[in-house]
Amino acid sequence: MDVIEVIRISRDSLMGNRVRSFLTMLGVVIGVASVIMLVSIGEGARSYIGRELGNLGTNILIVVPGKTSAKGGFHPPAATTIRKLVYDDALIIKKRSRHIQDAVPLILGTSKIKYLNQSKDNSVAGVTEMYFEIRNLSVESGRFISPSDVDSGRKVCILGRTVKKDLFGDKNALGALVAIGDGKYRVIGVMEKKGVTLGIDFDDIVFIPTTAAQELFDTDSLFNITVKVRSATEIEAAKEDIRQILMKRHANREDFTIMSQDEMVAVMGKILNIMTAVLAGIAAISLLVGGIGIMNIMLVSVRERTREIGIRKALGAKNRDILLQFLIESVTLSLIGGTGGILFAGLLSFVIPYFVEFLPTHLALWSIVVAFLFSAAVGIFFGVYPARKASLYEPIKALRYE
Amino acid sequence: MISLRNIRKSYVLPKVTVDVLRGIDMEVAEKDFVAIMGPSGSGKSTLLHIIGCLDRPTSGQYLLLGVDVSSKTDNELAEIRSRKIGFVFQSFNLLPKLIAWKNVELPLLYAGVDADTRKKKAFEMLEKLGLSHRAEHYPSELSGGEQQRVAIARALINDPAIILADEPTGNLDSRSGKEIIEIFKGLNKEGVTIVVVTHEKDIAEEAGKIITIRDGVCQSGCY
Repeated sequence: MDVIEVIRISRDSLMGNRVRSFLTMLGVVIGVASVIMLVSIGEGARSYIGRELGNLGTNILIVVPGKTSAKGGFHPPAATTIRKLVYDDALIIKKRSRHIQDAVPLILGTSKIKYLNQSKDNSVAGVTEMYFEIRNLSVESGRFISPSDVDSGRKVCILGRTVKKDLFGDKNALGALVAIGDGKYRVIGVMEKKGVTLGIDFDDIVFIPTTAAQELFDTDSLFNITVKVRSATEIEAAKEDIRQILMKRHANREDFTIMSQDEMVAVMGKILNIMTAVLAGIAAISLLVGGIGIMNIMLVSVRERTREIGIRKALGAKNRDILLQFLIESVTLSLIGGTGGILFAGLLSFVIPYFVEFLPTHLALWSIVVAFLFSAAVGIFFGVYPARKASLYEPIKALRYE
Repeated sequence: MISLRNIRKSYVLPKVTVDVLRGIDMEVAEKDFVAIMGPSGSGKSTLLHIIGCLDRPTSGQYLLLGVDVSSKTDNELAEIRSRKIGFVFQSFNLLPKLIAWKNVELPLLYAGVDADTRKKKAFEMLEKLGLSHRAEHYPSELSGGEQQRVAIARALINDPAIILADEPTGNLDSRSGKEIIEIFKGLNKEGVTIVVVTHEKDIAEEAGKIITIRDGVCQSGCY
């Protein structure tokens, strides 16, 4: 049997019903395109988060007050109060563990910040000198907070780009005195543009020494301790060190949580995986519906061409010749539809980032391959029944069919 | 070359069983030109379909070229139709979406002949039937006589042992009908065995032998 000729027969038949063939393919196009698109959005989001967290430094542990479990499960409410984390906790962690490069006590709050007649409410972060290095931050002009600034609780501040622009416009801010809360702070630096990372706008933060923040917010309770571990292999050891040290200081109770940034990435990755799978599954349903469309139209086509089948059989066509003819037709429909869907998805994932900035897309090769194979499988699966039906027509009945 | 023994064919309908053929015995020798006659409903078309392996008898023995056909599978029957038998129908049965030579090459396609040979033979066959100028036309662009000649070309292309024609002139005017019969006579002279079903007496008289069927039994000429 001449396969090229059978393909030609299928092509002629599909071309003979252009609108019908197009509409049938459209179902597959939409199915394949949505599978690829949703996977590409999921993949894009994952690589975006990975990149952003990389931007925020590596080998970082964050210690927060209170016990929460990253593994889930139910914890009865603690009967006693949670001891807060304080400045000395950070110092001692750093001093006692050899796995830890640095530990920054972080205080976070909101305060009114004012220069001349410009004022705004702004996030203020109390940090120590190492914070900038840990978080990959750098100044555009001026300098960071120094160890002596922290030791003496000196009232100095470093402005994020946005804050600087809001208060000073294009004027030079270095050396100026701004009012934060009740105190006067000297501007010693302006941050380089960092942008929004995981929803935190690093350009809209004012950094002051932790010691100054204690006074500003009148608290010694830390928002967290940001810990830099010496290397990736020491993360678990560092975690254990921190646990031991803090438990000793907290009356042997583990009333704090140590999170590693990599764990957070892993958890987010897991969530994204599930989300992507669910969305792709929903999209796959539309591909299935497209397949049913193919089966439907093939059944119509078989019925319409009963007489043709009869003639071909009378001229010597075997059952499998007829089967092949109709199967190739449905597979052609689904493969052209699949290719169209891939092109459409490629176009969308190219165009979408221009219109929706927060929606990064990453066209995954595996999703293209899978969607294409799946569409071929749909063509075969939904083509077999009509094609088989056609091939089993009795020649004499098919010939008499009007 | 065709030998039927007590061939019966009944159709089981929901309420009744219709016996179309009720024990036909018949012989057709090689190079015969046989006409099967009979009134409508006599079973002559059914008989032709059985001879052409398009249909199976309910009972009886059918030897085609010495081979017992009744035990063959569907695909084996298709093979026999492809190699041994050429059909000519009353309503031509050309595929409307294929041009003339594409229609003619179809039996070769299913016999596994390559594309170049198919095309060459199709054009040769159309030329033989005086239709080479119509090779690229669709059936709808041809007259009835021309369509039937295309159908004959198609029937002949695989060098069949037998041509079976079911009322081949039924849809034609008398002049075209004459032409078709002349073609059959010419082919028969070349040595092709021909069996024609017809109810037109003057057509049947052109054949060398007339078999008459009535109510599913052979009335005359079966041997």
